Amino acid sequence: MARTLINVPASAKRGEVIEIKTLIQHPMETGFRPGANGRILARDIITKFACTYNGEEVFAAELFPATAANPFLAFTTVASESGTFRFTWTGDNGFKQTETATISVT
Amino acid sequence: MTNATRRDALGLGAGLAAFLSFRPARATTAAMSEAIRDFAGTVKRQEGGITLDLPPLVENGNVVPLTVSVDSPMTAESFVKRIALFAEKNPQPHIGTYHLNPRSGRASVSSRIRLADSQAITAIAEMSDGSFRQTSAEVIVTLAACVEG
Repeated sequence: MARTLINVPASAKRGEVIEIKTLIQHPMETGFRPGANGRILARDIITKFACTYNGEEVFAAELFPATAANPFLAFTTVASESGTFRFTWTGDNGFKQTETATISVT
Repeated sequence: MTNATRRDALGLGAGLAAFLSFRPARATTAAMSEAIRDFAGTVKRQEGGITLDLPPLVENGNVVPLTVSVDSPMTAESFVKRIALFAEKNPQPHIGTYHLNPRSGRASVSSRIRLADSQAITAIAEMSDGSFRQTSAEVIVTLAACVEG
């Protein structure tokens, strides 16, 4: 399991626009770089990220080798109801990780 | 006779100047145009209404922070569908595509990218009405990503 850092406000007012920041530990090997033996290292990146809010997708991203190692993404959403954010990263070599965060909306 | 030649020369000069000024500011590589065509098709893209915020001078091309935001009310009638980033001198020009919807509240995304060289970064946004907006920013990179060792 890769380490993740997820920053979601614990509480928000209804209708408020909140910022969500996510970071996951991943080398994002580009597939263009030679390794110690001079051979090109195989590509190993995260290709997709998605964030759902109570089951409905609010943000998604397609990533390419040009995303820096340990992909960081910050985006916004409208706090509409208390519930759960589910973050999913999918990548090469069967990489898949899901994390959750909760928010209480008043 | 001498007069006519001089006039010809001036005309040619003016024509050349006009040609140079109407040319795009920089040559876009074939891979870059193809990547942009894959994303935006052949729809005409309007400049403005989109902001690409990144440092003009970058020390380390492996981690370049950037924020892209679009002027949009983000309502069900008018919102930003997708934002894509392109870098023409990277081995693969397409940097990433971000999908938004009315629930995003604000059309603003931040990330960290890699840059292989000093170059212009292009951001293109697809609006819900099918139009496209575009902007570019020049970046100088001191230490490029993808350097051996």
